[in-house]
Order: sequence, then C-alpha cells, then structure tokens
Amino acid sequence: MAKQLIDQFAATLPADKRASVYQSTKSTHEKRTKMLFDQFAEPNRLRALAGEIKQHVLEHLDTLLPAVEAKLQANGARVHWAATAEAACTAVLRIMQARGATKMVKAKTMVSEEIALAPFLEKHGIEALETDLGEFIVQIDHDHPSHIVRPIIHKNRREIATSFERHGLGAYNDDPQTITRRARQFLRQKYLQADVGLTGANFVSAESGRIVLVTNEGNSRFSLAAPPCHIVLVGIEKLVPRDRDLGLLLNLLARSATAQQLTVYTEFISGPKSAAQPDGPEEMHVIFVDNGRTEVLASECREILRCIRCGACMNVCPVYRQVSGHAYRSVYPGPVGAVLSPLLAGKKFPELADLPKASSLCGACHEVCPVNIPIPDLLLRLRDKAKREGARRAAAGTPPMGAWALLASQPAAWKAALFGSKIINYLPTKLLPVPPLRAWEDTRALPEMRGGEFRKWMKGRKKS
Amino acid sequence: MSSDRDTILARVHGALAPLAERAPLPEWDLELVHMRTIQPATDLWALFAERLKLVNGTPLSAVADLVALLEQGRWRRGYCDPALWPQFKDAFPAIFTVETAFDRTRVDDYDFGITAATGAIAETGTLVLTDQGTSSRLAALAPWVHVAVLRREQIHADISAALAVMPADPNIVWVTGPSKTADVEGILIEGVHGPGVQVALLV
Repeated sequence: MAKQLIDQFAATLPADKRASVYQSTKSTHEKRTKMLFDQFAEPNRLRALAGEIKQHVLEHLDTLLPAVEAKLQANGARVHWAATAEAACTAVLRIMQARGATKMVKAKTMVSEEIALAPFLEKHGIEALETDLGEFIVQIDHDHPSHIVRPIIHKNRREIATSFERHGLGAYNDDPQTITRRARQFLRQKYLQADVGLTGANFVSAESGRIVLVTNEGNSRFSLAAPPCHIVLVGIEKLVPRDRDLGLLLNLLARSATAQQLTVYTEFISGPKSAAQPDGPEEMHVIFVDNGRTEVLASECREILRCIRCGACMNVCPVYRQVSGHAYRSVYPGPVGAVLSPLLAGKKFPELADLPKASSLCGACHEVCPVNIPIPDLLLRLRDKAKREGARRAAAGTPPMGAWALLASQPAAWKAALFGSKIINYLPTKLLPVPPLRAWEDTRALPEMRGGEFRKWMKGRKKS
Repeated sequence: MSSDRDTILARVHGALAPLAERAPLPEWDLELVHMRTIQPATDLWALFAERLKLVNGTPLSAVADLVALLEQGRWRRGYCDPALWPQFKDAFPAIFTVETAFDRTRVDDYDFGITAATGAIAETGTLVLTDQGTSSRLAALAPWVHVAVLRREQIHADISAALAVMPADPNIVWVTGPSKTADVEGILIEGVHGPGVQVALLV
C-alpha cells in the first residue's frame, strides 16, 4: 500500500528538526492558552464573536469591497485589483516601472509568497529584499518558510550562521544576538536605498480604510519610513467592518500567534505621509488580490477565509508537530493549509487533495482558532470532494473498501456474513501463527462471537 | 486593471447569490476584552508604567532620570524634536550632542531619538505615535534608544478606549516595548530593526 506523500516526507525529516519544531510549537501553544485564559473571563466567547464578525465580512464582500475602495481613495491611496497571481505580480511591476523604481524592501506577507512575487520581480531586474529576519534568512538560503508566523522554525543557529557567512555578512558566528545585529546593520542601509516598501495587511477596516499591520521587529515601520512609495498587497478577505472590531481581533491575534498581549508594532495606515512629515511614502497603492479566493467563497468551505494567519492551529496540531511545514508542499502549512492550499490550487486540486487526510480530526485546531473556523468539518468536506473527484493522491494509504461496501450494502450478504462469522468460536485462535494476536490473547480472552443476536433482540422488542 | 475589478466583484456576487441568508454583524460589549487581571486604575500612569516594564520598556517620570539613563548607556549623540528641545536643553550636560534635524544619510550617528507621543494605552503598556505628532518617522525608529514624550492626560485605559478616539492621521503606530524577534531558535532578541531601548518619558 503506497504511503501518503506527507508520511514519506516525515520519514526523511531529521530527528533534531522534528524535536525543535515540536518543542517550539508546544511551548508557544501553552503560553497562548495560559495568557488567554488568565487574562479574559470568556476567551471562547471572544473566539466565537470574532468568527461571527469575519463570517459577516465574507458574506458581505459584495458591498464591503466597493466601500473600502472608496474610503481608501478618499484617503489618498490608489486602489488596484488583481484576479490572479500573475495580475498581482504585474500590478506591482507596473507601479515600480512607472516610478523608474528598481529596489524594493518587503515586509513579511504570505500573499507575496502565494503569488511568488520576489522571484517574478527579480526576473524583471528588480531587487526585492525580505526584511523580516526569518524571511531574510529564507531568501538568502533560497528556501521556503515552514510556518506562517515563524518562517525558520525548521532551522537552527548553526545553519543560519553558515548562511550569513556565505552571504558575506561576517565570519561564522552562531550567537543569535550577533546574527540579529548583523541583519540590522545590513538591512537598514537597504531601507534607505529602496525606492518602494511593500507590505501585506493583517486587517483593513471598511469603516475608515485603515490598513492594519502588525510586526515585532519594526521592519514594516522602516519600510514605511525610508522609501518614497508604499505598496500594500492584500487578499480580498482581510476586511473588518468597523474600527472597534479591531479591539477584539488585535487582542486575539497577538495572543494566538505569539502569546503577546499586543504585537510590538501595530500600525494603522490610511494613506501617504502627512505634508509636514519629512519621512515616509508620498504615494500609496493598495492591491486587492483574488487568486482563487472567490472560488473558495463560492465553495462549501468558505469559513476558511475567516483566517487571520496567527498560526495557532499549526502550533497545536499533532501532525504539524511531527512533519513540520514543508511537508505540506504549499505556502500555507498545518491545518489551515490542509484546507486552504488545495482550495487555492483551483484546477490543481488533485495534486494537493491528500492534505485534508493529514489530520487525525482531533479537533484541537478548531478549539484554538481565534476566528472559530470548524477546520475538522472542512477537512471532511474536502476528503469527500477528493473522493467525488477521484483524486488518486488522496486515496494513497487507504485500504480497499470495495468488498466491505458490497457486504454492508446488501442485507442478505450481511446476514450471511454475521451467521458465518460464528465460525470463529470454533477456531483455536490461540494457535494462530500471528504473533501480535497471540500476544493479545495471552492476557485477554476473546468474547464469544454472537453474530446477529442484536438484530434478533431488536426485532423481538418491536413486536412486544 | 478595471477589468480585474469587475471580474472579482462579479465572482463575489456569484458566490454570495445562492446564500439564503447572510451572517449578521454581531454587536459585542467592549467589556469582553477587558483584562480581568487588571483592576480599574485611578492612576493610569502608574498602571501604564507597570505594564510597560512587563514588555521590557522603560518608564521615566523626570528628565533627570532620562539624562542619567543615557549617560549610563554612553548614548551621547541624538536627535530631539525641535518643538521639545527648548524644555529639555538645560537638563543635558555638554557631553551630549543633540541635533534637531534628522539627517538620513547618517542614521547610525544617532544613539537616541526624542519625539512626542500622541497617547498611550495603560492596560498594555503601549505608546501611541502619530504621523502629525512625530517630528521624524526615522528619528523615532532608527536610533538604539527611542524616547516618547508623554503627558498624563494622554493615557487611555485600554485598547478599546484608544480605538474609539483614533485621530484622522495617515500613520498611527502603537508601540508596545522595544523591537524584538524570536526567529532564531525561539530566543528573544531585542533591537532588531527598531529601538532596543524604548523609553516613555512623562512630562
């Protein structure tokens, strides 16, 4: 029986990586839970409410999107729309070309990973430099992030120090403080030389048009303090109805992601810099990206679009902890990725149709989700979709159930099988040459097989 | 790009049309997000200072304390908002070199930057900076030490209170402690791209 791809990958994962992914996800999850339950009287009620707010957003995108567009334009930003990944990349390139810009500094954005922006821009002669420490290391290693909040959760300090040395960032030194200081020195010159700063958006308020960005390192602030142009790349699902709803979502996001009450820098950006301000962008562009989201919105799994990308589901997931992020072969790993990635893949759904099976359906992801996404239900719907569409990858490792299905759907065959099964009572099971079975029987007695007795009892009960 | 706009909006309409009813927007009580471990405070500065310390920030309530901190760290060259400098000038001895214009070609020449805060959030130890209130975005970010100058009446009790009075400003930043990362093996390092020392100075 062929193994699932995710199991094949897990088998090649070195033990020390598995241990470090396990340790850090577990400790983040424990801190998150302690913080939420110590500080709030009803954390689960908060999660439910946040879920309702985001579900409202999804089901009102037809009115909220034009509303936020008008608001952003009134605030002095230019709004662009991109139906596909290619359109989004091209939109960024056009903005840069119109300004004669060749250098970009990027804050961490998962959408840019999703549309493969940096490689696209590099092909067109534009330097697109990651500034989040983890993403920077991923970039110089030509690697991929393996966690949406902690991109290099799969790397240790020795590997990072080797990469820094290779990239000309000083002699080998694996002290985390030295690594961080070297990145600080190198990147601040890059911010100052850049023509454009690109960021994502954690939330966009439909009420005020404010783009909300959270970072701990300050790289997005620097990207908005030095370059003269700001581009925001944002999925169409990132809206929130009102500014006051941010009070709920920001409180949940930081605690769920990194067990902080608030991320160090929470920025509310509503347009280019004010006239008197000497630093910052004179021009601001916002690109709303679809890239498969409207298809998800039309599907039976639209709840997954509530996701605020905190990573809590991967931190708690027993499968993610064992296999690490790259096992999911897509930008979004973990439970959220097992739902989102196959859906965003569109026509290539069969290639990722095995991911929804990478779950024991234990439900931990649903319990921690700050927007209360019923991930296990969605995984089941996708398993069903894979079955309906005959996706072969999803079937790998599944025992053939044809004979069972035949038996279970024919009452006569079923009755005969039940009657026939009584033969087991006359077999010397203790002598069967199956070691596990014999070991089991050493300490236990097999109860008598009474095939069909329950049916008889049930029938008799009805008559009386 | 207008065609992409029409495509996306048409797809959104198409996706939502079959829904028999749509999820209503829930009303929710701001009380829900109040941290239960924090008692309502009468002295918001005291609460703010306590919470700021928990995120490794440095609350100070006298200019003399600021000068002592800078002397101790040997941070002698810096920037100060020109509007604030006259009130601090006399407290700074001659060993300090303080400029009131930030030169972006020499970002590493500044050990500290002093700019005005527009507000603070007591519950989380957060400073509120705005574009119109900050004399230079870079000066508040690039130097190792950032000093945000705060007045007592600017302190809000919690996040919801601060959100309720958000000024019309293109760039509002909530700062909760020094810049930090845990990207390398989960080890906390402060001062990544922004300040390694975050001071709130009460005047």
